[in-house]
Amino acid sequence: MSLNVHIVKRLSHFTLRVDFDTEGEVMALLGASGCGKSMTLKCIAGVERPDSGRIVLNGRVLFDSEQGINVKPQERRVGYLFQNGALFPHMSVEENIMAGIRCGTSGEKRKIAAEMLVQLQLTEVAKCRPDGISGGERQRTALGRILVNEPELLLLDEPFSALDSHLKWQMELLVVDMLEGFGGDTVLVSHDRGEVRRICRSVCVLNEGVSQPAVAVEQLFAAPRTVTSALISGCKNITDACVEGESILCPGWGVHLRAAHVFEEADAVGIRAHHLYVADGREENAIPCTVERIIEDVFSTVVMLRTAAGGTLRMEVENAACRFAVGESLTVAVQPRHVRLLQKEVR
Amino acid sequence: MDWFPLWNSLRVAALSTVVVFFAGVFAAYYIARLPALVKGVVDVVLTLPLVLPPTVVGYLLLRVFGPKRVIGGWLLDLFGLRLTMEWWAAVLAAVVVAFPLLYRTARGAFESFDETLAQAGRTLGKSETYIFWRIRMSVCRSSILAGTVLAFARALGEYGATSMLAGYTPGRTATIATTVYQLWRTGQDGAAMNWVLVNIAISAVVLLVMNGFEQRCKQGKGAA
Repeated sequence: MSLNVHIVKRLSHFTLRVDFDTEGEVMALLGASGCGKSMTLKCIAGVERPDSGRIVLNGRVLFDSEQGINVKPQERRVGYLFQNGALFPHMSVEENIMAGIRCGTSGEKRKIAAEMLVQLQLTEVAKCRPDGISGGERQRTALGRILVNEPELLLLDEPFSALDSHLKWQMELLVVDMLEGFGGDTVLVSHDRGEVRRICRSVCVLNEGVSQPAVAVEQLFAAPRTVTSALISGCKNITDACVEGESILCPGWGVHLRAAHVFEEADAVGIRAHHLYVADGREENAIPCTVERIIEDVFSTVVMLRTAAGGTLRMEVENAACRFAVGESLTVAVQPRHVRLLQKEVR
Repeated sequence: MDWFPLWNSLRVAALSTVVVFFAGVFAAYYIARLPALVKGVVDVVLTLPLVLPPTVVGYLLLRVFGPKRVIGGWLLDLFGLRLTMEWWAAVLAAVVVAFPLLYRTARGAFESFDETLAQAGRTLGKSETYIFWRIRMSVCRSSILAGTVLAFARALGEYGATSMLAGYTPGRTATIATTVYQLWRTGQDGAAMNWVLVNIAISAVVLLVMNGFEQRCKQGKGAA
């Protein structure tokens, strides 16, 4: 089980350059909205044509601009779960699933569809049209239609984005179960890092159409290497930096910091909001600043700070632990192991 | 009463509706994909018969298909096919006049069609033929049916271009519309009235059928 994607496609605002290889795993394509994630999936599925490059699925060449190969989407055996499900509106749930079955008599198809309906808990709505069922039921139907199609590769295009949070959780659990049974390669497109962390094994970050090397999903969150991946993994404090031997100069924050892991090529540092803590001023990595704004969230409070050098910091504390007032002077600190060195561009 | 005009009208309307259906649907499908500028020009040309007076359309058709004109003469010499003063000339006139009605409704439906449905069909291994007839046409069915019924009604009621291209020959080219005019002109008021009633009855049935379709589409959506 393997998928190799190396494609280039010019779009109106940027050029898509995607390179990744997976081996029988669930990989995430993570990036902001409009960065070319869906277009990448469409190129893999064959409904859009890349300008150049090569796509190979399980050793089968699906696209190769040099050899002039462009396999029709019908023959690629790629299951594409669209964002809105793309169910055929004039067919019932059952008919939609039957439409996904490639061959067999209508009796055989009905039997396969019936099993899938049970598996996806759709029996009750089997005779309903897509516009008469819930968003979760629609996505389950779309998933069923793809699974009975027996694809070699699954492409999931933000499948949970249209669902509200508790439905989203259920659908996620179902998809994870289904993916375990599927066993082939899966690419999940998402802009939700939580979703990616829970479902995927590896992740490829896409920034304005350009993919960064795929990494294990744990690494993206524990040790992002680039500014883009740090941002997308939820790191809130990032500033330019300069490595000076043992210490790192951060002009934006007006301090020298010490980090547990230093590498020469680093030109930025990142600190997660919840890794900042209130210090008494004598500790290592202390940053003097003033409280600028306090925003209460559901379970935590975000404290926006301005450093003496004029830069900004975001600190996240528990609601109960927040005893600051706007305008107050404060010294925050961060442990060296939480100071993450980053690179702006991967070269 | 000679029932030939009824039979001829239905024959002309039915045949031209079949032609208009396929021509309109395929024109709408392919023209929707053209670049904007070309689309604008082609669109105007194809819609003109809807707004031009039928006599103008009839005149233009005579200029093209008249037996002494280039194309008309060529068709007559090569195939012995005469496109004037025959009942099929009325079909030609009705096709040209009714075409824009179906073309425009079909184009509107195709333009609002969600292309991801076609893409989903492709990734599921469905042939382009299946995608066109079983997905695209099925989803756009109610609009296209409405356009077809309108085209049929227009073809049935066509008078201007028909009278110029097919003329009025009793038992050969007479339709209900041309017969009513001829009977009224020759002072046969009672006979004209009979045909008027026949025409109203047919048109009412056509409109009832159309409303029935619309109702069923709405219910189909609601019940699902």
